[in-house]
Amino acid sequence: MSETAQRLAELELAQAPPHPLREFWNYFSQNRGAVVGLAFVVLVLTVALFAGVIAPHEPNEQYRDHFLVPPVWEDGGSWEFILGTDAVGRDIFSRILYGARYSLVIGFIVVALSLTVGIALGLLAAFFRGTFEALVMRAMDIMLSMPSLLLAVVIVAILGPGLFNAMLAIAVTYLPHLVRLTRAAAITELSKDYVVASKVSGAGMPRLMVITVLPNCLAPLIVQATLSFSNAILDAAALGFLGLGAQPPTPEWGTMLAEAREFVLRAWWVVTFPGVAILLTVLALNLFGDGLRDALDPKLKR
Amino acid sequence: MLRFVLTRLGILIPTFIGVTLLTFAMIRLIPGDPVELLVGERGLDPVRHAQLRAEMGLDRPLLEQYWHYISGVFQGDLGKSIVTKQPVVEEFFTLFPATVELSVCAMLFAVALGIPAGILAAARRGSVFDHSVMGAALTGYSMPIFWWGLLLIILFSGILGWTPVSGRISLLYFFEPVTGFMLIDSWLSGEPGAFTSAVRHLILPTVVLGTIPLAVIARQTRSAMLEVLHEDYVRTARAKGLAPLRVIGLHALRNALIPVITVIGLQVGVLFSGAVLTETIFSWPGIGKWIIDSIHRRDYPSVQGGILLIATTVIIVNLLVDLLYGLINPRIRHQR
Amino acid sequence: MALLEIENLSVTFGALRAVDGLDLSIDEGEVLGIVGESGSGKSVTMLAVMGLIGFPGIVKANAVRFNGAELMHLDRRARRNMTGKDIAMIFQEPMTSLNPCFTVGFQITETLKVHEGGSRSARRARALELLAQVGIPDPERRLNSFPHQLSGGMNQRVMIAMAISCRPQLLIADEPTTALDVTIQAQILQLLLGLQREYGMALVLITHDMGVVAETAQRVSVMYAGQLVEERAAAELFASPSHPYTHALLGALPERGRDRARLPTIPGVVPGLYDRPPGCLFNPRCTSARPDCAERVPPLETTHQGRVRCFYPLQASKTGV
Repeated sequence: MSETAQRLAELELAQAPPHPLREFWNYFSQNRGAVVGLAFVVLVLTVALFAGVIAPHEPNEQYRDHFLVPPVWEDGGSWEFILGTDAVGRDIFSRILYGARYSLVIGFIVVALSLTVGIALGLLAAFFRGTFEALVMRAMDIMLSMPSLLLAVVIVAILGPGLFNAMLAIAVTYLPHLVRLTRAAAITELSKDYVVASKVSGAGMPRLMVITVLPNCLAPLIVQATLSFSNAILDAAALGFLGLGAQPPTPEWGTMLAEAREFVLRAWWVVTFPGVAILLTVLALNLFGDGLRDALDPKLKR
Repeated sequence: MLRFVLTRLGILIPTFIGVTLLTFAMIRLIPGDPVELLVGERGLDPVRHAQLRAEMGLDRPLLEQYWHYISGVFQGDLGKSIVTKQPVVEEFFTLFPATVELSVCAMLFAVALGIPAGILAAARRGSVFDHSVMGAALTGYSMPIFWWGLLLIILFSGILGWTPVSGRISLLYFFEPVTGFMLIDSWLSGEPGAFTSAVRHLILPTVVLGTIPLAVIARQTRSAMLEVLHEDYVRTARAKGLAPLRVIGLHALRNALIPVITVIGLQVGVLFSGAVLTETIFSWPGIGKWIIDSIHRRDYPSVQGGILLIATTVIIVNLLVDLLYGLINPRIRHQR
Repeated sequence: MALLEIENLSVTFGALRAVDGLDLSIDEGEVLGIVGESGSGKSVTMLAVMGLIGFPGIVKANAVRFNGAELMHLDRRARRNMTGKDIAMIFQEPMTSLNPCFTVGFQITETLKVHEGGSRSARRARALELLAQVGIPDPERRLNSFPHQLSGGMNQRVMIAMAISCRPQLLIADEPTTALDVTIQAQILQLLLGLQREYGMALVLITHDMGVVAETAQRVSVMYAGQLVEERAAAELFASPSHPYTHALLGALPERGRDRARLPTIPGVVPGLYDRPPGCLFNPRCTSARPDCAERVPPLETTHQGRVRCFYPLQASKTGV
């Protein structure tokens, strides 16, 4: 019998299933869209980092002799301004390159803010059931009854327009989903045996929360964070477009669109390119997020 | 079912109270003097300031102020607009039909295209059709709709000249609003061409506002269908020898619709967010544009009242969706 | 005469061979037990017969004949007309096998409507008759119940009623009692056997429970990792199993291990995608394996008693368990 067991063990070693991280990458890389999305995100990141080197012009420099110059392939375009200039003679290509910085920073800050607060509230609600939990969850219900952009608009109206306040407002609107997600995941984990084991062996509350339970709730949170990142870029651009986010002359993509709005029927390029930048960046992030979810979701692995 | 309804109502009331607390606090959180914010004048002389302050009850304790506010709310008194001096409730309900008309059309557009697209994509999983639908849906979901609107204006209004750029109907037509819904009013007016004009004005805003719900509904329908297609009862249906159309269109779809209905309900909030942007782009005289204009005009009573009314609408619609959910899902219907 | 004949059936899901070159036949009115552990391919075989293997599964066979008709050559429509009518199947999980959104009555009459037509009231009358036949009390009221309002045992009775509604010649029961309470299990088995005699239909009973087979089947097929390893008349198989795997399965029956301190088990699990051993698929877990068992694949040998896939089958004398 022991010989049988030994042979079994040998077999297992010889044909063990692949390492989890390797398996994750296998699943992820099978999804071509996700890989393309990741590649584009890396590209945007590079552009944002080296905007100062790549950009042919300063983002806010106004060339007085070159108002509304069309892009290079149109009649009247020139290589000097590849994507044309706007109504006050600024180079659109350079502004879009610099705009990548704003979008990525907005995404990072919003996600960091909402994740920190959301996870903290969600975990606390899961650990302290009862009044505290009810209070937090009702507050989240109230926030959910407001259309998210409108809630952000109201918060900006209170705090005053500006990029930082816009980010803060957007971060607040993402809280309900993160709190609910964390709480639900934590409650599921809390009923499992390994948590009981940890409790029995004398782990304290903070340790239980952060070291025992939290890592096991991370998969859905990571996915939600990626999707929040792309939504934050969209929402910040929307606030910028409404005149409540970044203020002119900041080369933020939404703000650029707001400034360009009146030229919609006269100079299509002023309107088109910042939007393309937003769409592609958000699309790439969503493709990446979808791939991440599929690779992390054990339900779909079968 | 009765218990289900009662629980929903039980959650609804504290939520509504919470929203009134939020709108009540809003005015007091804005930096600046609440009296000046509510009257819309700066540098009031001290006598007049004190008089107004007493008039609006702002000198009393907060709790009493809130009581005063909420009893006003229940009597339908949400204050007066600083700009037009009209009661906020009246302004709101004058503009509300325009937003409802646009939102309903957008939602119909999204449902009518999204559900069939999702079903077909799920049924032909992995096909070229599936990939294109899902690609289009992800693009729609990633779309900055304010830009999408501008792009459609460039194409259809600028280059092709098919659709008007803004408004609800051509200025050539004028008639008294009966229902507030332009499609119905223009039909009732009997003026030749009025209805067509209203439809032409509605097309682009509908497409723009419906884009994100369309993308979300198509994705959700597909994933719900794929999940349901793995269920044991679908295997049973096939084992009975039913035709694929009946297995998918009846046995699977009926179950898949349950999560889809939930998602459609959640889109109501998204629609309002989108309406703010869509109405701004197309100068559509609805609630969304009104709120943004009010913020820019510092018309805080309008903002305060508008937010409260919109949140209330969303709460009510969500309740209706929950009830519909109960009706379509027998497992909830039979709970006692 | 054979009602169903399967020759060299294989079902693959990507790299996974769920069923691997299987031959099987069932006579009219016969009760055949198919036993094996989870993952041995017994359910997949029968799903393939029903035509229920969908993408990404691939079904290949030299022949699958039912009543002399070659199922592999039938077009989908003709095949569908047979499924649920001439060959019917019931499943392991009665609670999830019925559609939660439709009433019991709707789901039974639907089968009748598709295969036999008839008037609405005739279908309703037949559904009432069926419910009474499978032992459901107050069938009039149950017709309008939803599955979640009934117990697991009741739902399995509904499934049975649905399956026999068109008087099939072959009923496949895939672990019909596994998900049920022990007290209900015997009732459902008795019901199935009673109906089998009454309708004169053939019954395939898929199970991992040797006890169930002992009480019901006339003939037993033992499957391991997608292959047939032994097939004999039930009484002989229980008296003197030839394949070490069958022997081990029988040894794991609580009744047989009564005198021992510990119930014997079979170490390890059925090989999956990553751990298919060379040679005989059972050799790593086999107590009587010899070195060459890991080198060559044993063929399925026909003996005077039945069929067995083993180089060193157990002798009758050795099996005094």
